[in-house]
Amino acid sequence: MSRTTLDLWVGFFVAVGLGALLFLALKVGNMASASSGDTYAIQAKFDNIGGLKVRGAVKSAGVVVGRVAEIRFDPEAYVAVVTLNLDARYKFPRDTFATINTSGLLGEQYIGFEVGGDTAMLKAGDTIKKTQSAVVLEKLISQFMFNKAAEDGGKK
Amino acid sequence: MDNAIVRTLRGLGEKVTSRVWRLGYASRFFLAIILHSGTSLRRINLTIREIYFTGVLSLIIILVSGMFVGMVLGLQGYDTLQRYGSTEALGVLVSLSLVRELGPVVAALLFASRAGSAITAEIGMMKATEQLSAMEMMAVDPIARVVAPRFWGGVISMPLLAALFSAMGIFGGYLVGVQLIGVDEGSFWSQMQASVDFREDILNGVIKSFVFGVIVSWVAVFEGYDAEPTAEGVSGATTRTVVTSSLAILAADFVLTAFMFTGL
Repeated sequence: MSRTTLDLWVGFFVAVGLGALLFLALKVGNMASASSGDTYAIQAKFDNIGGLKVRGAVKSAGVVVGRVAEIRFDPEAYVAVVTLNLDARYKFPRDTFATINTSGLLGEQYIGFEVGGDTAMLKAGDTIKKTQSAVVLEKLISQFMFNKAAEDGGKK
Repeated sequence: MDNAIVRTLRGLGEKVTSRVWRLGYASRFFLAIILHSGTSLRRINLTIREIYFTGVLSLIIILVSGMFVGMVLGLQGYDTLQRYGSTEALGVLVSLSLVRELGPVVAALLFASRAGSAITAEIGMMKATEQLSAMEMMAVDPIARVVAPRFWGGVISMPLLAALFSAMGIFGGYLVGVQLIGVDEGSFWSQMQASVDFREDILNGVIKSFVFGVIVSWVAVFEGYDAEPTAEGVSGATTRTVVTSSLAILAADFVLTAFMFTGL
């Protein structure tokens, strides 16, 4: 085998290997959709964040507009303080309502924004005042059961 | 009676000492390869030739086994996921298990048995036929001329092969999951993209395969260089290459996984 054919094969091999890496990065991973642009950080306080995780999505009208950057516990107010990195392209009113939602019945949790009507916009470092905690399934079930029991008791 | 005990203890001590001695020799050998690798980078043709023998010739086995592993993951994953009614997560399951674990590890195990054993046998035969001594007689350093190019050829090939294995496996999972079983194609890819992170998952997989490449190539060239210059010695060294590097890969995988995916 002459040297040139061998070079051709090695070149082919390296190109295919790098192509596979590129495939993994772009098609399998989220490199293509990862927001590399500017972000600004705001905070939101929740009584209960449920299963929310760092890097979870922040959605408004179902569109991803940011990511959860940090979750920590405030030992004075006993609430969870969630730091959100929002895409700098999107501005939200000051009275935006942040809720913790679940995608699907058992899917992962994300923060949903319901936009308010204030003319002033959220700036970096602001805190969202109106929040709604995650729905705890057990509480919901027990509430339902108690209501049911109370209804049945009332009929008799 | 006394004699038997003394002999056993002596044998045990000798075994331990010789293991430690070999480990020290192997470490010194590793340093020598690194120090002499300047030549293999300057004379890049030597390394390219080795990439051909270790990488290109391993392509078929890597691609075919990657495909089958992915297809099995697709079948098994679907079977388990459909009990929880979340078959859309099949893409996530297939891609994460391949990119994080199976890709680097299985590709490295195949690489050790396909290419590592060949490197050991080749260097061992060179030693047995006194080609290495002949090189030294001609003032050619066999570590720079023979060992270092093979080492770097393996180290360069390994991450590429692992990436190919993962990509092929994901394609196999796609074939079985989407084309054969009928999982929704959109959610297969979009859920995969949503949960596979480039730095956390893919880059860590590449780092893993690079480390495995160093391990396999190091063990292979060392066993060949250290082989007894007989037919029997070479065959023993080849076996030791496969056994040692497979165990080392799995042990290193545990350590790397503990660092990469559980650390907080």
